[in-house]
Amino acid sequence: MSAEIDDTTATMPPPQKFTALSRMFHWLTAILIFAALLIGFTMVNWTAGYATLRLVHMSIGVLVLVVVVLRIVNRLRHHPPAWPSTIGRREGKAIIWLERALYALILAQPLVGWAMVSATGKPIPVFGGLPLPRIAPFNIDVYSVLRETHSVLAYLLVVVIAAHVSLVLAHSSMLGDGMLRRMTFQFRPSAK
Amino acid sequence: MTPSEKSRPAWGGVPLTRRRMVLGMAAVGGFLAVDLGAVAWAGGWIGAAHRLIPDDFIKAFVWVNGKQMGFRKNHAKGAVVTGYFDSNGNGRELSSAAVFQSGRTPVVGRFSLAGGNAHAADAAATARGLGLAFEFPGGSQWRTAMLNLPVFPDNSPQGFYDRLLASKPSPDTGKPDPKAMAAFLAAHPETAKAMKIIGQNPPSPGFADSTFRGLNTFYFVNESGTRTPVRWSLVPVNPPAPRASSGPNALFDAVIRQIRSGPLQWRLMLTVAGPSDPLDDATLPWPDDRRSIDAGMLTLTSIETERSGNARDINFDPLVLPPGIERSDDPLLSPRSAVYAASYRVRARESNSSPAVVVDQVTP
Repeated sequence: MSAEIDDTTATMPPPQKFTALSRMFHWLTAILIFAALLIGFTMVNWTAGYATLRLVHMSIGVLVLVVVVLRIVNRLRHHPPAWPSTIGRREGKAIIWLERALYALILAQPLVGWAMVSATGKPIPVFGGLPLPRIAPFNIDVYSVLRETHSVLAYLLVVVIAAHVSLVLAHSSMLGDGMLRRMTFQFRPSAK
Repeated sequence: MTPSEKSRPAWGGVPLTRRRMVLGMAAVGGFLAVDLGAVAWAGGWIGAAHRLIPDDFIKAFVWVNGKQMGFRKNHAKGAVVTGYFDSNGNGRELSSAAVFQSGRTPVVGRFSLAGGNAHAADAAATARGLGLAFEFPGGSQWRTAMLNLPVFPDNSPQGFYDRLLASKPSPDTGKPDPKAMAAFLAAHPETAKAMKIIGQNPPSPGFADSTFRGLNTFYFVNESGTRTPVRWSLVPVNPPAPRASSGPNALFDAVIRQIRSGPLQWRLMLTVAGPSDPLDDATLPWPDDRRSIDAGMLTLTSIETERSGNARDINFDPLVLPPGIERSDDPLLSPRSAVYAASYRVRARESNSSPAVVVDQVTP
C-alpha cells in the first residue's frame, strides 16, 4: 500500500511544458533580475565599485524593461499550460496572485529606477553612452519618493521571488508533480 | 487505509511521507540559504564589517557635525550661482566634448565651504568649493566639484574618513583634538605632505579671486580617440573684493556684493600630465611647467539663496561626465560618487532647514 502511494509520481501524467519562447523569456528574466538585484544591493555598499556597477545596473534595468514588455505581450497571447493536478483551488488562487505580483514588480522596478535618476537631473547613460530621455521632472522630493520606493520594491522582489521558487521546488521535490519541468529545457533526447 | 496513513499530512492529494518532507526541506532550504545569503552578502549585512560603506561616511559627518537636516553632509553651507561658459575651441585638441566646441554653454553651480556644519562661520582657512554643472539638465552634462586648494588632502577613502573623524571639534576648545590629529597625520604621511603644500599656498581673500581646481585626474578623449590625462582649474580674472565684509558670512557676503556689481570670470585651464606625473593620487601636485590650454571663460552672472529646484538640489557628482571626458583610476572618484549619492538620498528624505546664506538679506 505504501509502495503504491510512493509511486504516485510514476502514475502522474508528464507535465505540459510552456512554449519554448515562454521558457526562454522566463530564464532570461530570471538571470537579469538576479543580476540587477545583486548588483543593486552591492553597489550602494561598495564605494570602489559603485560607479561601474551603477552603469551596469542601469543597462540591465533597460533590458529587464524590454523583456518584461515582450513577456506581457507573450503572456496575453499564449495561455500557460494547465497546472499539475496537485494544485488545489485555494493554492491556485495564491499562485495567480503571486504571478501577478511578480509581473507588476518586474515592470515597475525598472520604471521607478529610470524615473528616480531622471528626477535628480542626471543624464542616464546606458550601454556605454546612449542617454535615455528623462521621464520625471528635476525635483528632489519626487526623487526621494522614487528612491525609497526603489528599495522597497527590491526587497519585495526578493520576497516574492523566494516564494515563487520555493513553491515550485517544494512541489517538484515533495510531490514529484513535475512542476519545475514545465519550465525547463530538455537537454537529453526525448524518450519518445 | 490504516489509521496511521489517514492521519498523515497531505498536500494536493499527495500524502507527505518523511522522505518527501526531507527532500522538500533540502530543496527549499538549500535554495533559500543560497538566495537570501547572496542578498545579505551583496547588501552588506554579512561580511561587510571590514570595509567602509557610504553610510559610514554619512554617520561620521553626523557624528562630527550633529544632525544637519536637509543639508549636504559635506560642503553644507553654500549659495547658488548661474552663468555660462564661452568656449574658444582650444579644448577640442584634447576632448570631443560638446562643451569645448566654440560657443556658449549654460552653467549652474554653487559656492560652498567645506565641512558639514551648514551654519559654521566663514573662515579664510576653510576650503572653498565651487560645484558646476555644464549644460544642466541635458543628456551630455559635465559636473565638477572643485576646491581652492593646490592638492587634495587625501588619496584614499579611508584617509578621508580617518581625517574626518580626527577633525571633530572638541566640546571644550571648539578645535580638533591635537592628539587625534597628530595620530592621524602619523598614520597618513600623504596627508601630512599635502597639508604642507596647502600651507605654502595661502588662500586668496575671497571666493571671486580664488583659483578652483578639479584636483582628480581625468582622461580627455578627442575626436581621433587620443586619451590624454588632464587636471582642470579655474583661474580668476576678477580682482579681490574692493572692501572686506565682516560677520559670520563674510566670504559669502563679499562674493554676493561682487556679483551684484558685475559678472565674475574665470579662465578654464586644462593641464596636461607629463609622462611620469601621478594620475591616481590627488595629494601629489604636478610640476608648474606642465602645458596648460586655455579652453575659454566661465562667467557667473547671478547668485541666489539655496531653494527647492535650483542648484541646491544638484548633486555635483564628479562622475557625471560628457562623452569626451572619462574617469581615471584615481581611487577617490568612485567613492566620491557613491558617498555624494548617499548624502543626496539622506538629505532628500530630511525636512529642509533655512540656509545660512540668504542673498536678499545681504546689504548692498
